[in-house]
Amino acid sequence: MNSVVNPPLQQIAAETAFMPGPPGTHITIRGLTKYFAGWPLYENFNLDIPKHKIVSVFGPNGCGKSTLINMIAGLIPIDAGEILFDGKSLADTKIGYVFQNYREAMFPWLRTIDNIAYPLKLEGKSKTEIRRRVDELVSSFDVKFDLQRYPYELSGGQQQTASIMRALAPGPEVLFLDEPFSALDFEMTLFIREKLQEVFMQTGTTMVLVSHDLEEAVYLADDILLLSKRPTHVADIVRYDDARPRTVATLSQASFIAAKKHSLEIFQREVRREVTTQPPRPA
Amino acid sequence: MTTSSAAVLAKQRRAGAYAKLLPLLGPIALFVIWDLVVRAGWIKAILLPTPTATLITLANGLAGGALLTDFLVTLARTLEAFVIAAVIGVPLGVLLGSNERAYRSVEFLIDFFRSTPSSALIPLFLLIFGVSDINKVAIAAFGALLIVLFNSAYGVLNARKQRVMAARVMGASRWQVFKDVLLWESLQATFVGLRSAVSMALVIVIVAEMFIGSENGLGHKIIDAQQVLNVREMYAAILAAGALGYALNVVFILIEKRIVHWSGR
Repeated sequence: MNSVVNPPLQQIAAETAFMPGPPGTHITIRGLTKYFAGWPLYENFNLDIPKHKIVSVFGPNGCGKSTLINMIAGLIPIDAGEILFDGKSLADTKIGYVFQNYREAMFPWLRTIDNIAYPLKLEGKSKTEIRRRVDELVSSFDVKFDLQRYPYELSGGQQQTASIMRALAPGPEVLFLDEPFSALDFEMTLFIREKLQEVFMQTGTTMVLVSHDLEEAVYLADDILLLSKRPTHVADIVRYDDARPRTVATLSQASFIAAKKHSLEIFQREVRREVTTQPPRPA
Repeated sequence: MTTSSAAVLAKQRRAGAYAKLLPLLGPIALFVIWDLVVRAGWIKAILLPTPTATLITLANGLAGGALLTDFLVTLARTLEAFVIAAVIGVPLGVLLGSNERAYRSVEFLIDFFRSTPSSALIPLFLLIFGVSDINKVAIAAFGALLIVLFNSAYGVLNARKQRVMAARVMGASRWQVFKDVLLWESLQATFVGLRSAVSMALVIVIVAEMFIGSENGLGHKIIDAQQVLNVREMYAAILAAGALGYALNVVFILIEKRIVHWSGR
């Protein structure tokens, strides 16, 4: 009984032959499986994340949006499956990660500037290289606050700006953002959103953004990845290709409203759907 | 309008000045009650001298009298014990804390001996070290060591997981995570441990000076004065021990604030 509900993991992996994604794919996820306390959260999950695009991840509560990007970023181990970046493993890929809780992501024992320089130090860059790169980031982010201060002396928005700068410092191939705005006030959210859009237009860095705000998810995205309830699968991927820079005016454009409305319909359909899998009974 | 706001400001300033004097209230009250009790004869003067007499004895003693020597000897023993405890305890604690299995395997031992009053081990240490100066330092170091060890280990075990993740996602190796994150994360708990340890070291040193044959130190002074009923000297020595403990604590809080500047923010 139990083996029917919970098939051995190797079997899944063996059944899944690796299929490369379409051209322009950056991250390929194949046969991703993750159990939590005997419950399948992801089971044989496949996804292609395109290169030089922003993908917003949106879905019902508890469907594992953050878990998904944490697994891709290697912060949470996976039970089975394969995740490749341009065909490379995570170990050979430079990634950046922005946490929701900036307070516990920055190192309070380092000055803000040294926090930003930290990943560069890990790479063994020289002092001059580090200074040049930090100056570059400071000017592209138009930083107005004092980076010589400690993170806890800055406002929440300033800390999150600094932690985005830290994530971007080494020039990552992919930037993961886990609800980066949800601890910020509205003014700061707007500011950092614009900064992210600017950075993306300058560098074209692939970004994967988890959001619980549909407007924000659509506003920043090329693709809105809508997830189902658990066991989680892709409910739909909504394309939204209005040109950048998007502005406040974008929010009232017909194409934006249509993309948002379409996403909301899919989301609501998924929320209403009955959960088909029951938790496994003890054998 | 302006006069009233000026009045409010002046009032607030006065309130602020009074607030600064508040900590003095307790000690003053204690000395007044103490004085009254002696004057009223509720406690015999042979058991309790007046506070003024005690303070004069204390001041004279610390200003170059025999009490100063005892004070310095006790301070030296306490610091020796503390340094031994810190030099062994912090690295060992951090090491154990970063390997949870290693810590779990010795956790019971640490908790057991941490819960055992160190003074109960004095006879054991007497057997090992004999009646010597080293003995007093050794037993104080032992008691302090366990506190340091325990706190440092817990500091590492309870490090914010997200900071470790942040370092790892930036490509930090195990060693880099250890020295750039875990070590710093543990500092706060380590300082709590160091501060408790120095207090513990002082307690044990004084007890040891009382009961392990000693020619000097505050503990020796207290018990000696008590034996000959020289209560002034006894109270002066007790106050000196209290002042020492208090001063050590304050010094450690100041150092802690400088080093672990992010604590509580």
